[in-house]
Amino acid sequence: MTSAPVLEARGLTRRFTGVLALSGVDFRLFAGEVHAVMGQNGAGKSTLIKLLTGVYPADAGELRLGGVPVHPTSPAAAQRLGISTVYQEVNLCPNLSVAENIFAGRYPRKGAAGLWRIDWQRMHVQARALLARLNLEIDVTRLLASYPVAVQQMVAIARALSVEAKVLILDEPTSSLDEEEVNRLFGVLRQLRSDGMAILFVTHFFEQMYAISDRITVLRNGELVGEYLKADLPPAALITAMVGRELSAAVGRNDNPEIAAGAPLLEARGFGRRGQLQPLDLTLRRGEVVGVGGLLGSGRTELARLLFGLERCDSGSLFIEGQPVRFDNPVQAIRQGLALCPEERKHDGIVAELSVRENIVLALQARLGLWRYLSRARQQEIADRFVHALSIKTADIETPIALLSGGNQQKAVLARWLATEPRLLILDEPTRGIDVAAKQEVMNQILVLARSGLAVLFISSEMDEVVRVSDRIVVLRDRAKVGELPGNSSEQAVYHLIASGT
Amino acid sequence: MLQTLLRHRLLWPSITLLLLLAVNAAFNPGFWQLQWRDGHLYGSVIDILNRAAPLALVAMGMTLVIATRGIDISVGAVVAIAAAVAALMIGGELVVKDGVQTHVSRFPMGLAIAAALAVAAFCGLWNGLLVARVGMQPIIATLILMVAGRGIAQLLTGGQIITVYYAPFFYLGNGFLLGLPFAVFIAAAVWLVLHLLMTRTALGLFIQAIGINPAAARLAGLQERLITVCVYVFCGLAAGVAGLVISSNVKSADGNNAGMLMELDAILAVTLGGTALTGGRFSLAGSVLGALIIQTLTSTIYSIGVPPEINMVVKAAVVFVVMLLQSAEFRAALRGWVVRSGNQRS
Repeated sequence: MTSAPVLEARGLTRRFTGVLALSGVDFRLFAGEVHAVMGQNGAGKSTLIKLLTGVYPADAGELRLGGVPVHPTSPAAAQRLGISTVYQEVNLCPNLSVAENIFAGRYPRKGAAGLWRIDWQRMHVQARALLARLNLEIDVTRLLASYPVAVQQMVAIARALSVEAKVLILDEPTSSLDEEEVNRLFGVLRQLRSDGMAILFVTHFFEQMYAISDRITVLRNGELVGEYLKADLPPAALITAMVGRELSAAVGRNDNPEIAAGAPLLEARGFGRRGQLQPLDLTLRRGEVVGVGGLLGSGRTELARLLFGLERCDSGSLFIEGQPVRFDNPVQAIRQGLALCPEERKHDGIVAELSVRENIVLALQARLGLWRYLSRARQQEIADRFVHALSIKTADIETPIALLSGGNQQKAVLARWLATEPRLLILDEPTRGIDVAAKQEVMNQILVLARSGLAVLFISSEMDEVVRVSDRIVVLRDRAKVGELPGNSSEQAVYHLIASGT
Repeated sequence: MLQTLLRHRLLWPSITLLLLLAVNAAFNPGFWQLQWRDGHLYGSVIDILNRAAPLALVAMGMTLVIATRGIDISVGAVVAIAAAVAALMIGGELVVKDGVQTHVSRFPMGLAIAAALAVAAFCGLWNGLLVARVGMQPIIATLILMVAGRGIAQLLTGGQIITVYYAPFFYLGNGFLLGLPFAVFIAAAVWLVLHLLMTRTALGLFIQAIGINPAAARLAGLQERLITVCVYVFCGLAAGVAGLVISSNVKSADGNNAGMLMELDAILAVTLGGTALTGGRFSLAGSVLGALIIQTLTSTIYSIGVPPEINMVVKAAVVFVVMLLQSAEFRAALRGWVVRSGNQRS
């Protein structure tokens, strides 16, 4: 390891509409190392990367590359300086060939000053050479779309390397790869590291981070917590650094005596789907709130989508009150009394231009079918009841739902499902993007619902919420279940299980 | 009260129609005159109603498709196919039997009509399956039938115009009921059925939800694929009915020209009626008004004596102006511009 860093940032600061996204962060990246940047959602990881690669200018702070101050003004400018980035989603063109993707925008040309036509032969030879560096031998003239995502990821890396990169930035490169593909990627990264490349690596997967990185920088709320050597930062210490407090000890609630000891409402055995969720067992009882603890990418949303029939499971079996069931689409799940408040409220939840009333009755009407149409009066009565019960703030029930605040939209989507009188309510991030008071109301509602005999599966990235409302916590990591904790566990215990998990 | 009226979505289509009618009346003093002859009403207005009926039928089908975020550009071809099937199966000749003239059709007329409608519905089913099951983009999916369907119609008619010699069939497009053209009753009946479906069942809510946010609709438990397929089937069926009316009106079926470019007029009618091509909220009555606007415009162009070679240009110009006036954004910009120039002058 050389003594001077290849890339050095000092006091990087960036505001977005007044909110400090990154505040005075220092960052060093040495040649021949893999450096992981860790932090929770909103810690400032992506802002840091975007400042390093010139997506946004920094409000304050300086950036040095090989000791020389640089000011990349665009990703292309950063690339010319030798900072290449591979983004989380493969952003290549699937309808172009592999070679075209690698050289997009800078095709080798023939003739004087490259004014003549494209030199396909040279392009293909060079593309093959670049991929050979990554131990990949494929037909570079075939369309990118004909290769699996892992290969596409390699092509993205080859593209990044084709510009004499000194620094390679990888933003969650493994989120769409399976284990074998991850190993292959890591093999390539190790080779690049030994060639002297400086690699910045962002991931949510602890295990992978520990497997590949040499040095760890931890961010929290836009601030630098510290820079550590891997050996100095065991998982528990990393989590404390990321979460940023001595996690509150047991504030959990007492066990709910109402929970029926009888047959479980829902039971899943070996339930999973390749590439999304490793087979797991899950039991839900009436009147019980089961929290799902886990970091982003741990398989929380995948679990919800599988249970609700939005994706088909390809292993294991599912039982509702002891009867085997199989959900190929949401209609079947709804018929069995399931309900899902989805994570992406705007995309999967609200029907923006329809009124609050229409949004609230939608699922109930879908369940009743086309012909048993709820009369206008009946719809108004249902909408009024839930607007009142959940204190949804709206001018009136005929207001288009898009005009409501996020928290009230969320409550309306919740009302939509409560109107169907479900037996099991799956809440995927019900408190995301809503203000503190609304959060509290939603959480209280959840508890009230459970008291009335509803089973609730509560998914949230806010661990304190999970701990507070759950009777039992299922802990996920890397798309697999690593254990279960009782409801009165501390956040610390959950994080500990995530970090140490079996 | 006035506020509600001003904000009503049918306000601008209605104003447009009234303006066009006024222009007509100004150039043609006899425009509003109605004559009662042989128990039938005759007059320019009746003529517009009669001629607009097929377009209104197609536009109503198109409205529902557009409401689900789709589009069906094969309706013109379906009109030609339905017309060809009906004409072929009816054929017909005048037979003098025992000194009495009787019309004889090749197949019973009811069967012929049912077959034509079944074929049209099948065309819609094909479109619907391509869109909802195969997942093709609606414009591409229906482009297939737009091109192939015209070919099928030509194949059926052998590239010729098939003339029908069976008087009972002519009633659909030329007959009168209670003094009004029968075709108007057909269009009105279809509108009534749709109106009842939209107000007495959840269909309207479902179609809008699918058009605005298909992902959320699916998650809420709507069978969005089934509904989408049904909407395309209905659109095909509506085009089939229009095909029957048109072929009955001209007493023949022309595989090459029947329903030619009708898809564009239908889309135009839907847009004029205030339904956005982006799907969601829709207005069937608006589309009917749109069809009436287009037909009125056509007869205006003839009545004010626009030379035939430039009448397409005039039509395009009028449609352009109408579209601008119906755009709330444009009206706001125009108002701002008028206010500003007014201030400068004073």
